[in-house]
Amino acid sequence: MLDLIFLVPLFPLIGFGLLVAFGKKLGNPISGWFASVMVLGSFVVGVLVFASLFRRQPDNRSYTQHWFTWLNVGHLHIGAGVLVDPLSMTMVAFITGVSALIHFYSIGYMEHDRDFSKFFIYLNLFVFSMLMLVLGDNLLITFLGWEGVGVCSYFLISFWFERPTAASAGKKAMIYNRIGDGGFLLAIFLVFSRVGSLNYSVIFSHLDKISPTDMIAVGLLLFLAAAGKSAQTPLFPWLADAMEGPTPVSALIHAATMVTAGIYLMCRVNPILHAAPDAAHVVAWVGAATAFLGATSACAQQDIKKILAYSTVSQLGFMFMAVGVGAYVAAIFLMLTHAFYKALLFLGAGSVIHAMDDEQDVKKMGGLAKVMPLTAATFFIAWLSIAGVPPFSGFWSKGDVLQNSWVLSPALWAVGVISALLTAYYMGREFSLVFLGKARWEDQKSSETKALHPHDPRFVMKFPLVILAVAAAFGGFINLPFHPNFVFLDKWLSPVVGASLLNHNFSIGADWAFALVDAAIAITGVVVAWSLWKSISDRKSLEPGFLQQAWGLDKGIDKLFAGTSDRLAAFLTASVETRVIDSAVNWMGKLASGSGKALRKVQTGYVRMYALFFTAASIALLAYLMTRVAS
Amino acid sequence: MSIEPSWYLTLAAVLFSIGVIGLLIRRNVLVMLMCVELMLNAANLTFVTYSRALNDISGQIAVFFVLVVAAAEVVVGLGIIVAIFRRKAGATADDAHLLKG
Repeated sequence: MLDLIFLVPLFPLIGFGLLVAFGKKLGNPISGWFASVMVLGSFVVGVLVFASLFRRQPDNRSYTQHWFTWLNVGHLHIGAGVLVDPLSMTMVAFITGVSALIHFYSIGYMEHDRDFSKFFIYLNLFVFSMLMLVLGDNLLITFLGWEGVGVCSYFLISFWFERPTAASAGKKAMIYNRIGDGGFLLAIFLVFSRVGSLNYSVIFSHLDKISPTDMIAVGLLLFLAAAGKSAQTPLFPWLADAMEGPTPVSALIHAATMVTAGIYLMCRVNPILHAAPDAAHVVAWVGAATAFLGATSACAQQDIKKILAYSTVSQLGFMFMAVGVGAYVAAIFLMLTHAFYKALLFLGAGSVIHAMDDEQDVKKMGGLAKVMPLTAATFFIAWLSIAGVPPFSGFWSKGDVLQNSWVLSPALWAVGVISALLTAYYMGREFSLVFLGKARWEDQKSSETKALHPHDPRFVMKFPLVILAVAAAFGGFINLPFHPNFVFLDKWLSPVVGASLLNHNFSIGADWAFALVDAAIAITGVVVAWSLWKSISDRKSLEPGFLQQAWGLDKGIDKLFAGTSDRLAAFLTASVETRVIDSAVNWMGKLASGSGKALRKVQTGYVRMYALFFTAASIALLAYLMTRVAS
Repeated sequence: MSIEPSWYLTLAAVLFSIGVIGLLIRRNVLVMLMCVELMLNAANLTFVTYSRALNDISGQIAVFFVLVVAAAEVVVGLGIIVAIFRRKAGATADDAHLLKG
């Protein structure tokens, strides 16, 4: 069964190829169904492989499939192949599952779009790239997938490229990711120069060849890559702008899967981080800072998707916190549950945007719970889940992360708890503004010709919501801390990350104390948001400008880099361009015309003159020849 | 008895010099053309002299080429001279200085 793994990336690749060739002919909606079925096929095969891997003994759960030799240059031998182990299969299962649901949802969401089939071409290519990223058995295959998802992200953010904001948001995502990709490449070079191979198994068994300094460098460079892809401080402004893409894209790429690639990479190279604790601590603190910055920024946003975008930034920060303290299982756990509830939140937001005729301002919504009961109910579950209210999935996964962060430093834990409180609050604010209170869209739209009749979406968009809601509600049960027999995810992933797991033993009492604090925080946030925002939509003092600007980071980066290079360019125009380059060109022209002017005097037009030159030259030549003969 | 080749060479040198000086100092186009002919034939005389002295026929073959070139040159040159005289009667070489820079 394990050898079927090649089918998992092959299905979306076939979907991509066929849609490129025949997508326009298949048209709307057949091309969408075709693409969705391809991803569903991937999911089914992925689950089968997952099951057969599960039946193996825990210490035997690793299987490599070699396809062909990709590069063979000098000492560099890169094979195209995949590594099947608990980590990669966990990723495959949730990526294909969530992707399939969002593919189906997109059939409904994109039904009126002109470029319907093109959208699914990009989505299938994205799924293929993402699967190569997580399945690759060496750094270069992972990098291939890494670049693939990056370019798909660019295509999909700029999908409505007629809108200048969408076009520039795509470019911004590309440029920010390029910074991270530079780190990835440098890390690959460094590892290859020290170990001489890029295969994960070879690298991890020859870690002694990398000196401690190099180890820190590799760890930090890989973290730079992860920070670019997973929107960590200071590289997160692109993710907020990425919301210009269609909402299913935001759900799939910029919340559930692609942005978690950084977490996956960190977990994959956990032996390196384990050997470089200093680098790991940097990861933890940057993660905590991101969690805090993202959560505070989300509190003041007005755009239904921007709130979710900053929320994603914040949640990714939590995951990096877990990675940094060595709690890789907690990071993966949070990644899984986050994929469920954040995809659900985005799809719910998509349904709302669809129903509100492309309105995204939460201040112009309200009271939608009455007319969109199913969307409201699923959004409600996602809210409680992300807030960490027991027994929803977010409570278990975020609790796991926070408890582990205490081990490194209580200060880290404190930042995490504040961010968690803010998470419960800003999601409550969004839910209240969108679904509760007065229906503010009624009086705004009444003057226009077309009255709004928001309603729940059709079936193809509804059932992904329901499935994700179930997953978001009960996803926490894959890793319950009550008894050693219930920590399924821990046991499942321990062959991959076990060696570098943090060893900590909290007493039962401490466990309960942490759980109570988490639950109290979550419920406090929920209640505060509810009471503040359920009927009032305007509280200027709670939405300060610097939070709406996300602490001015975007502006600051713009000023620092774009502004500096603008000034540099202006300076160079004034000095180098005009003084050096232009004057050199002018000088060449003057040289030619000046010498011409001087030499034209020779051209008298008198035949006798030319004859005289001719004679003189002949005599001179003759004289020269005679001296040669004489000597 | 035969005349020494040096006599012929001296004569050729004298003729050539006359041609050069005539070309340089005269303004009459027709005379200048004749001076050119004189130089060509001085050269021919040299070729023939060496051909005889060295008993090598190739010098005389060169003379034939020179004669052909000279004939062609006269055809073109006289054509140009006639054209110049048509524009202005009694024109000198200095009147045709259209190529003055």
